[in-house]
Amino acid sequence: MTTDVIPAPGGQRPSRPLAPSFPAARNTRREGWRRRAPLLPALIFTIIVTQVPFLVTIWYSLNSWNLVRPGSERFVGLANYADVFADRVFRQAALNTVAITAGCVIASMILGVALALLLDRTFVGRSVVRTLIITPFLVMPVAGALVWKTTMLDPLFGVVNAVLSPFGVGDMDWASSLPLLSVITALVWQWTPFMALLVLAGLQSQEREVIEAAQVDGASPSRIFRSMTLPHLRRYIELGVLLGAIYVVNTFDQIYIMTQGGPGTASANLPFYIYQRAFLGFDVGQAAAMGVLVVAGTIVVALFALRMLFRTFAEES
Amino acid sequence: MAARFLTTLTWFAGLLFFFPVFWMIITGFKHEGDAQTDPPSLVFTPTLDQFRTLFDAGAGPYFLNSLLAAGMSTLLVLGLAVPAAYALAIRSLPRAKDVLFFFISTKMLPVVAVIVPIYVIAGRLGVLDNVWTLVVLYTAMNLPIAVWMMRSFLMEVPREVLEAAAMDGASLVQTMRRVLLPMVAPGLAATALICLIFAWNEFFFSINVTASQAATVPVFLVGFMTSEGLFWAQMSAAATLASLPVVLAGWAAQKQLVRGLSMGAVK
Repeated sequence: MTTDVIPAPGGQRPSRPLAPSFPAARNTRREGWRRRAPLLPALIFTIIVTQVPFLVTIWYSLNSWNLVRPGSERFVGLANYADVFADRVFRQAALNTVAITAGCVIASMILGVALALLLDRTFVGRSVVRTLIITPFLVMPVAGALVWKTTMLDPLFGVVNAVLSPFGVGDMDWASSLPLLSVITALVWQWTPFMALLVLAGLQSQEREVIEAAQVDGASPSRIFRSMTLPHLRRYIELGVLLGAIYVVNTFDQIYIMTQGGPGTASANLPFYIYQRAFLGFDVGQAAAMGVLVVAGTIVVALFALRMLFRTFAEES
Repeated sequence: MAARFLTTLTWFAGLLFFFPVFWMIITGFKHEGDAQTDPPSLVFTPTLDQFRTLFDAGAGPYFLNSLLAAGMSTLLVLGLAVPAAYALAIRSLPRAKDVLFFFISTKMLPVVAVIVPIYVIAGRLGVLDNVWTLVVLYTAMNLPIAVWMMRSFLMEVPREVLEAAAMDGASLVQTMRRVLLPMVAPGLAATALICLIFAWNEFFFSINVTASQAATVPVFLVGFMTSEGLFWAQMSAAATLASLPVVLAGWAAQKQLVRGLSMGAVK
């Protein structure tokens, strides 16, 4: 490393200043910074706004501090973590987070692939149907959640119960009887269009000649789908799962509006539970400890996910 | 026969997904008494009352705040992301990949993990309930996506064009303005659109760091969730109006949207 002409940013500087007899080395270094300069504002901004608050979160997590009792702040070491691990609701919220994320991503991907296959044909009004399907993804999530909670799933006046009444559903109160399913339904409605468009882009990048050649050779449609289309789509499906998961894991709007995490804590996920502890319980220390644990869990998953993403983009270039 | 069946199925799926939106729109044109009926009814006398009273109810400032927060943060994002993406795509920086993955890794950092310090720090700085706080937060939220997107658009610019500009003695600013920007203008528009959409729809930061002064449209919508029950027609009118800008923009730019949301991985 010490023999490198351009020192790495933030790396070790030579202990004595470079003698004027090495103008080339100095120019190279200046050149290095000049090339790097356009990157720095964005990098510094991101570090300050995202990384610094997280370091503060770690500090808060080691303190006991209630927002409504000024001066209650004191260092308690790992006590908050012990409390969080013993917290039954935290464990339930973690399980709910996994259930909501997995349920939403898997269901919307399966529906998305089906819709993409349906849209990848020529028929009357194709662009109209595509436009209709993309709309749920564009509707403000808060607006969509309100519509689902009220006009769709309301026990008395909701459309869903009206449609299902011939099947003997009656006055089902979806949001309190099946809170997780209700939240996942609103999420799947919102995310299926994204998955469908992504997979559709994948289908349309497939080479037609190869498919036609296979057809000429007498391969059945299902054989073509399994041995050619699906492997080709794999990259797009992985990308959709990954991007969907990044966003759905942070779901807050739908839970806040449709169930408030209830009944009780039956449908609270980690973002919503931490929000409750911080802004309704004013318990900064424990909320921070939960935040740190969520990040630790995310890093484990993300290390795996980043590798997948890296592969996706490596194939591209 | 099979083709006709599939077409019918596709249309049915499309209408099914669109139905809640359709219902939201028509409920906004109902009188409050027609909005809650058993069974729900398609037959009603349309009215514009709900939309009219929205602005009497003080929706204006919320829309203004959303416009400011989304617009300003998008400008700031582009101002920061375009030079960064330029450095990453065109100038072969050492460890460019690492920097890129640092950016995207911040998207994986759950926002709940930073909301408490952000709230406390903003309180100490006296910038709670301030639209500019949202501008900063939304900029941080969208910057990683924008850097990725702009980088993938810039990677497509042929090197020869840039070399030719350098040969002609064009400065960096000149190269950017005269050569690069016109070539990546569609990509720039797609990036701006995605940033606008995410900022316009954002709720979590807004509900937590704003109160009466800086609250945005999603917070206004949530205000319809009162304990006495909801005014469905009024709420639907508000939800329709809140979603309208993004829905229209998204309809107009479907292709760019997919490309942008997949961070350039899909051509």
